[in-house]
Amino acid sequence: MALTGLFLYIFLIEHLIANLLLLNNDNGEAYTIYAEVLGSAYNIPLRIIEFGLFFFLLYHATNGTRLWITNRNAKGIHYFVNRASENSTFFSRFMIQSGSVIFIFLVIHLRSFFVHYRLETPDDTMYQGVVKAFENPLYSWFYIIAMILLAFHLVHAFQSAFQTLGLRHNKYTPFIKSFGVIFSILICAGFALIPVYFLYINNTGGH
Amino acid sequence: MALLNLHLKVWRQKNNEDEGRFVDYNIQDISTEMSILEMLDVLNEKLIKEGQEPVAFEHDCREGICGCCGIFINGRAHGPLKRITTCQLYMRHFKDGETIVLEPWRAKGFPVLKDLMVDRSAFDRIIAAGGFVAVNTGGAPDANAVPIPKHNLEKALDAAECIGCGACVAACKNASAMLFVSAKVSHLVRLPQGKPEREKRVFAMLNQMEKEGFGSCTNTEACSAECPKGISMDVIAQLRREYFRASVRQEKE
Ligand code: FES
Repeated sequence: MALTGLFLYIFLIEHLIANLLLLNNDNGEAYTIYAEVLGSAYNIPLRIIEFGLFFFLLYHATNGTRLWITNRNAKGIHYFVNRASENSTFFSRFMIQSGSVIFIFLVIHLRSFFVHYRLETPDDTMYQGVVKAFENPLYSWFYIIAMILLAFHLVHAFQSAFQTLGLRHNKYTPFIKSFGVIFSILICAGFALIPVYFLYINNTGGH
Repeated sequence: MALLNLHLKVWRQKNNEDEGRFVDYNIQDISTEMSILEMLDVLNEKLIKEGQEPVAFEHDCREGICGCCGIFINGRAHGPLKRITTCQLYMRHFKDGETIVLEPWRAKGFPVLKDLMVDRSAFDRIIAAGGFVAVNTGGAPDANAVPIPKHNLEKALDAAECIGCGACVAACKNASAMLFVSAKVSHLVRLPQGKPEREKRVFAMLNQMEKEGFGSCTNTEACSAECPKGISMDVIAQLRREYFRASVRQEKE
């Protein structure tokens, strides 16, 4: 979980940087160029990384689900009164729930962008598609909520990955923990900025 | 010395096959100077007088060193206070008229024997699998014959504080015994006496832990927060490192 999780972290950073191109007030020129280079069938190294990304994502999701099931069975009966909030964070106890919402989000997200612009033959540019999608408040709000849950997931995930790899140190671990929280919130806030931008600030962008 | 009247909600279960249920009891005139186990003694006296079956719970030293007395009290392993065992929990921490819910440790690896008493022999089997050191026969060597750096010694003794009470498993939502196993590994690996079995021990103990039906660690850190001896998450990170090290170093036989 730790290694695949950290890989997915790197992907999120890359994705966020690309998304921020959308905020560039050039009617999507920069973003369109980026989307074309990224999506080009001749970009072999990227196709390989992309394959790895899907593989890691699926592994992370299935292994997480398997862990959740075996761990639930290991517990057996649950307590009648359980004040778990006294000994652990909310985020660490609800990884499967936040993860599941993110997974559903990803299916929808990939359907509207990846499948449409990369596998089908679209009659608009990706930038126009983004603008159109986010004009729908329902879609935008679903996106924002998914990003909040992603932040929940990442707040536990970041420091947990280091712990799993045995990277714990009385001097550095407090830093890793606070860095992880700030970093995770920033990433998710960055992603959530896009629908907010198109919904409330620039809602005429594509026309 | 104040006296308390309390409502108790106690898990009653005849044996491992029985389904089990909560039974409510009212108990009067409990001294705040009593420990919660002494309060249960009073309840049991009363039950015996009334011709009912007393509540079974495990205890031995009653001073926080044997690790027998685990009860899940009001939603917390060993009750609401930090760094104590159940026998060290005093009634002054409860209010008059309060309801106290008592449940046994919940984990597949700790089957309930009766009422609040669980079978923790899974821990013994984990120890037997790898939590030991080999020693030479003959006279005991002089205590100062084996030099141990002070830092290592102290860290080893920190880990050795573990009394095997099972609060880590009880508090963990995954019923993982990772803190227990890690404390033992961390204790032995820091000492020269523990070195010969270093690689084998990690695998043997982790395999046994899995076989006993304990879950795996997802780093919620609940175990360490509820540990009566305050064993730190550091030991789990150390177990991870030992595991990686052993994976690389252990040769195929
Ligand atoms: S009875 Fe020994 S630790 Fe509580």
